[in-house]
Amino acid sequence: MRAFLFLICPVLLFLGVSYLLPFLGIVQLSFTDPDPGLAQYSRVLTEDLPTGVIWRTLRLCVMVTAVSVSCAYVITLLWVRGSPLVRSITELCIMIPFWISVLSRAFGWLSMLSNRGLLNTWLQDMGLIDSAIQMTRNEFAVVVGMSHYLIPFAVFPLATAMRNVDERVLTAADGMGASRLRIFWQVFLPMTSSGILGATLLVFVFSIGFYVTPALLGGGQSVLVAELIYLWIFQIPQWGMAAAMSVVLMLGVGGILYVLMRRYGEMAK
Amino acid sequence: MNRLRPGVIATLLSGLVAVFLLMPLIAVVPVSFTSRRYLSLPNGEWSWRHYAALFEDAEWGQSLLTSVQVGVLASFLAVALAAAFCIGIWMLRPRGAGLMTGFVLLPMMAPPVVSSLTLYFFLNKMARWNDIIAYDKLGGVVLAHMVMVVPYAVVVIMVSLSQLDRRMDLAAQSMGASVPTRVFGVIIPNIRFGLIGAFFLCFLLSWDEIGVTLFVTSVETITLPRRMWMGLRDNVDPSIAALSVLLICVVTLLVVIRAAMLMRKESLR
Repeated sequence: MRAFLFLICPVLLFLGVSYLLPFLGIVQLSFTDPDPGLAQYSRVLTEDLPTGVIWRTLRLCVMVTAVSVSCAYVITLLWVRGSPLVRSITELCIMIPFWISVLSRAFGWLSMLSNRGLLNTWLQDMGLIDSAIQMTRNEFAVVVGMSHYLIPFAVFPLATAMRNVDERVLTAADGMGASRLRIFWQVFLPMTSSGILGATLLVFVFSIGFYVTPALLGGGQSVLVAELIYLWIFQIPQWGMAAAMSVVLMLGVGGILYVLMRRYGEMAK
Repeated sequence: MNRLRPGVIATLLSGLVAVFLLMPLIAVVPVSFTSRRYLSLPNGEWSWRHYAALFEDAEWGQSLLTSVQVGVLASFLAVALAAAFCIGIWMLRPRGAGLMTGFVLLPMMAPPVVSSLTLYFFLNKMARWNDIIAYDKLGGVVLAHMVMVVPYAVVVIMVSLSQLDRRMDLAAQSMGASVPTRVFGVIIPNIRFGLIGAFFLCFLLSWDEIGVTLFVTSVETITLPRRMWMGLRDNVDPSIAALSVLLICVVTLLVVIRAAMLMRKESLR
C-alpha cells in the first residue's frame, strides 16, 4: 500500500489541488457572483449578448466542422489509398501544418487575406479588382483559419476507418460491375461512416472551445464563446458570468463527449 | 487493382486541399522580407530587417529563454508524475483504476478556455500565499503547463507500459526485489523510450501553449507564443513573419527528416 501512496497519489493530489478544487470554486462562483442564486445562468441563457455569441459559435462551428471533415475526407482518401509516392506527399501536406504553431498559422492567414496581403495584391496586379476586398476581421476569415487548424485532427479518425475497409469488398463490388462512383457512394462511404462520425464530433468539440484563431482572424468583430469568457474576465470584469458560461460550455462539451464514447463503445462490441 | 485507387476527381480535390493547407505557410515568406514596419509585401526592395530585429531585440531572446525554461521544467515534472502514476496503476491494478485515469485525463478533454479560467483562479489565489508559484510568475506558468501536459504524458507512458511483459516484473518480485528496485531496475529501463517520447511531446505542447498562458501571464513572464500574440494583437508586427518563417522551416525540416527515416526503414524491410 505504500507504493500506492508514493506512486499513484502524487498526480491525483496535484490535479486535485490545482485543477479540481479551483474548478469547483468556479462552479461556486457561478452561483454567487454578484448575486447568489441562478441569476448568472438565466442571464447567460437569455440576455441578447451571450445568447447571440452562443448561436454564432454554434453556427460557425457547424460550418467549420462541415468544411474540415469534407476536406479531410478527400485528402485522407489519397493518404490511405494512393500510390506510395502520392501517399508520402500527402502525408507531408498533412503533417507539416499539423506541427506548426497555431499562432504562425493564424499569422499566415493574416498575410494571405489582409488588405495588403498576398491574395489582394495578386488580384489587384491582375486587374481583377480595383480596391482591396476585406477578407479578415469577419466570419469568413474565422471559418478559413479554424478549418485549416482542424483538418489534420479530422484526418486521424478518418484514416483509421479507411484502413479498416476490407479491400476484398471493394474488389467484389468492382467485379460485379459497379461503377467507380457507385462503389464510392454505396460501399466505401457507408463503410467509413464511423470515421466520419468520430471526426465530426472531435472537430466540433475542439472548435467550440477555440480562442486564439477566432480572436486574431475575427479581429474582435465576431466574438465566440471562449473570447467572451476572456473579455468577461479581463476587460469588463463579470466573473460570475464568465464562470456560468464556462460551466455551460463544460456541460455541453461533456455531453458531446459522452455521446462519442458511447457510440464508439457500441461499435467496439 | 488499379481501378480501386483514387481517381482523377479525388486527386484533383486533394490537390486543392493540399494547397489550402500549405498556403498560409508560404504566404508568410514574402511578408517577412518587407522593408516596411507593417504587414505588407516587399515592394521591389527586399530586406532582412525583421530577421535582424529578432536577434537584436533582447525581448525576443528573453521570451525564448522563458519558453525553454518553462518547457523543460514542466515536461520533466509532468513526466515524473505521470510515470509514477502509470507504473503504480500497472503494478498494483487498484480498484477504480479507470476512474482515476479518467480524472487524470480531464485537462485534455475539457475545453481549453475552461482550464485556462480554472488555472487563472488557482494562481490568483496562490499569489496571496507566495510569489513563486503564482499568477504571472515562472513557477505559476510551469504549474499551469504541467496541468495541461500531464494527460498527454500519461497516454504515451500507458501505451509503452501496455507493451511491457508483465512476467519480467513478476520474476523480479519473486526473487525478492523491493518496489523501488522493481520500478527503477526493471520497469523504467524497459520503458525509457516511452518516457523520452513523453518528454518530447510535453515539451512541444508546452512550447506552443498559448490558450492557458494568456490567462496566467501579463507582463513579467512572457513566453514566445505570448510575445507573438502581443505582436499580433496590437499591431501586426512583421518580426512575427520572420519568426514564423524560422519556426516553419524547423518544423518542416523535422517532419521531412522523420518521413525520410520511416521510408528508409520500410524499404530496408
